[in-house]
Amino acid sequence: METLYDVIVVGGGPAGLAAALEANKSGAQKVLILERNRELGGILNQCIHNGFGLHYFKEELTGPEYAGRFIEQLKDTGIEVMLDTMVLEVSPDKTVHAMNSQNGYMQLKGKAIVLNMGCRERTRGAIAIPGDRPAGIFTAGAAQLYMNVEGYMVGKRVLILGSGDIGLIMARRMTLEGAKVLGCVELMPYSNGLNRNIVQCLNDYDIPLYLSHTITDIRGDKRVEQVVVSKVDENRRPIPGTEMVFDCDTVLLSVGLIPENELSRQSGIEIDRRTNGPVVYENMETSIPGIFASGNVVHVHDLVDFVTAESQRAGKAAALYAQNGEAQGDIFTLENGSCVNYTVPQKVRPSNVEKFVEIFFRVNFVYSNVVIQVSSGGEVLCSFKREHMAPGEMEKIVFPKALFSKIRDGKVTVSVVKEADAK
Amino acid sequence: MVDVAIIGGGVCGCSLLYELSRYDVDVVLLEKENDVSVGTTKANSAIVHAGYDPEPGTKMARYNVEGNAIIKELCGKLDIPYKQIGSLVLAFDEEQEELVKELFRRGTENGVPGLRILTAEEVFSMEPNVSREVKSALYAPSAGIISPWELAIAQAETAVKNGAKMLLNTEVTGIRKTDGGFSIETNGEPIEARYVVNAAGVNCDLINDMLCPHTFTVTPGKGQYYLLDKSQGELVNHVIFQCPSKLGKGVLVSPTVHGNLIVGPNAEPAERGDLGTTAEGMDFVKKMAAISVPNINYRDSIRNFSGLRANTEIDDFIIGETEVKGFFRIAGIKSPGLTSAPAIARDMVKMLEAGGLSLTEKTDFDDSRKVLRFKHLSHAERAEAIRKNPLYGKIICRCETITEGEIVDALHRPLPPCSIDGVKRRCGSGMGRCQGGFCGPRVQEIISRELHVPQASVMQDREGMYIITGETKTGGRQ
Ligand SMILES: Cc1cc2nc3c(=O)[nH]c(=O)nc-3n(C[C@H](O)[C@H](O)[C@H](O)COP(=O)(O)OP(=O)(O)OC[C@H]3O[C@@H](n4cnc5c(N)ncnc54)[C@H](O)[C@@H]3O)c2cc1C
Ligand SMILES: Cc1cc2nc3c(=O)[nH]c(=O)nc-3n(C[C@H](O)[C@H](O)[C@H](O)COP(=O)(O)OP(=O)(O)OC[C@H]3O[C@@H](n4cnc5c(N)ncnc54)[C@H](O)[C@@H]3O)c2cc1C
Repeated sequence: METLYDVIVVGGGPAGLAAALEANKSGAQKVLILERNRELGGILNQCIHNGFGLHYFKEELTGPEYAGRFIEQLKDTGIEVMLDTMVLEVSPDKTVHAMNSQNGYMQLKGKAIVLNMGCRERTRGAIAIPGDRPAGIFTAGAAQLYMNVEGYMVGKRVLILGSGDIGLIMARRMTLEGAKVLGCVELMPYSNGLNRNIVQCLNDYDIPLYLSHTITDIRGDKRVEQVVVSKVDENRRPIPGTEMVFDCDTVLLSVGLIPENELSRQSGIEIDRRTNGPVVYENMETSIPGIFASGNVVHVHDLVDFVTAESQRAGKAAALYAQNGEAQGDIFTLENGSCVNYTVPQKVRPSNVEKFVEIFFRVNFVYSNVVIQVSSGGEVLCSFKREHMAPGEMEKIVFPKALFSKIRDGKVTVSVVKEADAK
Repeated sequence: MVDVAIIGGGVCGCSLLYELSRYDVDVVLLEKENDVSVGTTKANSAIVHAGYDPEPGTKMARYNVEGNAIIKELCGKLDIPYKQIGSLVLAFDEEQEELVKELFRRGTENGVPGLRILTAEEVFSMEPNVSREVKSALYAPSAGIISPWELAIAQAETAVKNGAKMLLNTEVTGIRKTDGGFSIETNGEPIEARYVVNAAGVNCDLINDMLCPHTFTVTPGKGQYYLLDKSQGELVNHVIFQCPSKLGKGVLVSPTVHGNLIVGPNAEPAERGDLGTTAEGMDFVKKMAAISVPNINYRDSIRNFSGLRANTEIDDFIIGETEVKGFFRIAGIKSPGLTSAPAIARDMVKMLEAGGLSLTEKTDFDDSRKVLRFKHLSHAERAEAIRKNPLYGKIICRCETITEGEIVDALHRPLPPCSIDGVKRRCGSGMGRCQGGFCGPRVQEIISRELHVPQASVMQDREGMYIITGETKTGGRQ
């Protein structure tokens, strides 16, 4: 009773929507989106703030509005959507095991598959914050879900740990709803959020940002009562004697996102330790031919616009795979040089590249007046100046195909150096 | 007037309630919290010990070995997650090798079946991830891992199904001797009972002193843990213990019956009610665990927690009738208390009978219990389950693959939970890597719907652990 689809898309967030639409445009006949939530749009549904689509639509939209534009486009395409449908397994032969109340337990077969499962938040346990275990400790996204989707407030006096974008957005959101946000505490000497969010969400509301600080104790029997914050030294260890005590009933954690790759791991897809996402080629294909991935499941994005662009590439490639089968050809790999945390893609097949390949990456610290160098065999092939770089802001460079002939030993290194040291 | 009142709904109280529910007696359990198994019973190593540790001749030795055998049978009957995976005590030097031999002798004397001393090579072939410094080890095939709260809940549920009474949110504040029995003061109505059994965990001394001369004091000993994601759950295949030493009993590394990895505990004095974790405690656990298993990836940690041992000045359990006739106690129940509880309960029934309680077995006692755990079903069984009840087609907890059907089922069993963590203890929702971040609100909604209570009144766990503080300005779904 297996139905054969050209492309099955796992996850109906912005990544899945873009991948499905582009696959359809590129000639895939039967496309299916499987989404475990009761609606499409992914995490965007709870992001009711402005700030989406500046790059893609050249205007400021809310999360649901941004998603809505793509959901609208699904009409008349013949793309099938199954909501409230959980994918439990993706096997290497491209059978997708999924279930819902209506259709029961299904085994669906795809010629190509795109993985778009997004990411989840790191929790208190993942960073081992000491102290009591009262109620009132939320990940920022969970609090956002309670407030923006369920309509419930989750606290009155709030301290935020981590200066990731979700934490910053929630600092503003909770303030606007009448809560008192006492501060935002960040372990690193710099913020991990976008600069515009620091300004618009903290500074505009006089919420202090404590850089190089962390929570060293949480007190409270039933609900959070007090939180102790300490300054940390350059090795990120708390400095005794620097404790500040905050009286509050709520702690929000914005301490990082982890790509949701349980399905990918299960199917045996190669995972990059640094991104926690699949190793991908220039067209977002994973180590299993015909299985593609894009969006936050590959690497955590700050801007949804890039998720859309990346997923369009994945969707197109999936459609081509469904029609033409496997891509062949030589491969070069991208290596992380100085100051570079990871690159996406990690591998490139020049035969699959038309004019250039876009390389996305993040640096490991805050830098100013630096040069990004793309080099091979000791020779710098191209370079790009930057006044400012930070781990919180994803970087993109364009590496032209014209330079591929200079690549030695199939390896290209991306590094960031001080202007003075640049070759 | 009831025949027997049990104070405390930990594994000891619940085991006794279950054993007594076989007979035609009026029995009630008084628990101060809103659910059973929320004291030490929910925060421990969750090991069904083999029984080589306690000194021969002690109550601990006897009940441990008996309890180990009973649990195996009980878990099958009441559908409680349990696996007999065996345990290893590692020896790293000559002194510890002597200790391992000593434990072997003790165990043999205590009647532990199947004990063997393994060579280093045997250990490495069974456990490729333990330290290469191991010289030898004691192997105890009868040791196991269990879901400790489900051991208590399953017995409590079955007891209630068979007519036993459960009074939650009922704190005992005093006990008076009356003609023919006792009057128990609580935060609500007083309870009259012919027999009283004190099973109040770390508060057992306080309850004891309500009627008896002060003969022992609980000085709680805290133990802190790391719980790691399933990705680390297969790092070891057996319970990996260290030899007891000056530094304490050592830190264990073990798979849990839910597929995670548990690492801990340390040992430190604490106040009653203090369940906090500390940076020092957690560092100690990590450092000690690394001696046995060097490659634990703490980036995959999903939770820290701690539990309180009911330590007293007496190095054994304190069990039996007290100085006051009709007032019994199951006190000072530290490790291996979880393992021992079902055996203690059976013995306590005999003691009550010897004390004059007349026991006739019920003819209609029903101790069948079956829990549908969707993720353990085959593809065909899953399809069948959804066909019968579409709620099994809806996954609520994504990390642990827990369906709405399972949650609704738990909410309509004989002892329904009323909090998010109460559902978690019964279904496993929120136990995974996201720790309930996304399913919390959904579970709260389902509880509210099924039990007809406002969503804001559904607690995280105990009474007072509220989540919602009001509505947003716009309220409801946008
Ligand atoms: C709180 C927050 C605030 C943000 N603010 C901004 C902003 O202001 N501007 C901006 O440009 N970007 C912002 N972003 C970033 C942007 O929203 C994300 O990068 C984008 O949503 C990622 O899209 P995605 O489709 O990869 O993942 P998601 O949106 O997470 O979608 C993944 C989807 O896959 C589904 N899924 C996962 N596993 C399964 C499975 N097994 N079976 C079925 N379905 C599954 C999920 O239910 C979900 O719907 C924000 C992100 C967050 C989290
Ligand atoms: C760190 C640690 C690790 C352990 N590891 C293991 C192990 O691996 N294997 C093993 O076999 N054992 C282990 N144990 C021991 C085991 O967990 C305990 O012995 C067992 O859980 C005790 O159960 P209990 O019913 O006596 O107490 P509890 O579970 O504490 O129950 C007592 C109950 O009484 C209630 N109560 C208290 N006062 C009142 C009052 N005034 N009125 C009404 N109710 C009241 C409490 O709320 C509580 O629910 C460990 C213990 C600790 C602390």
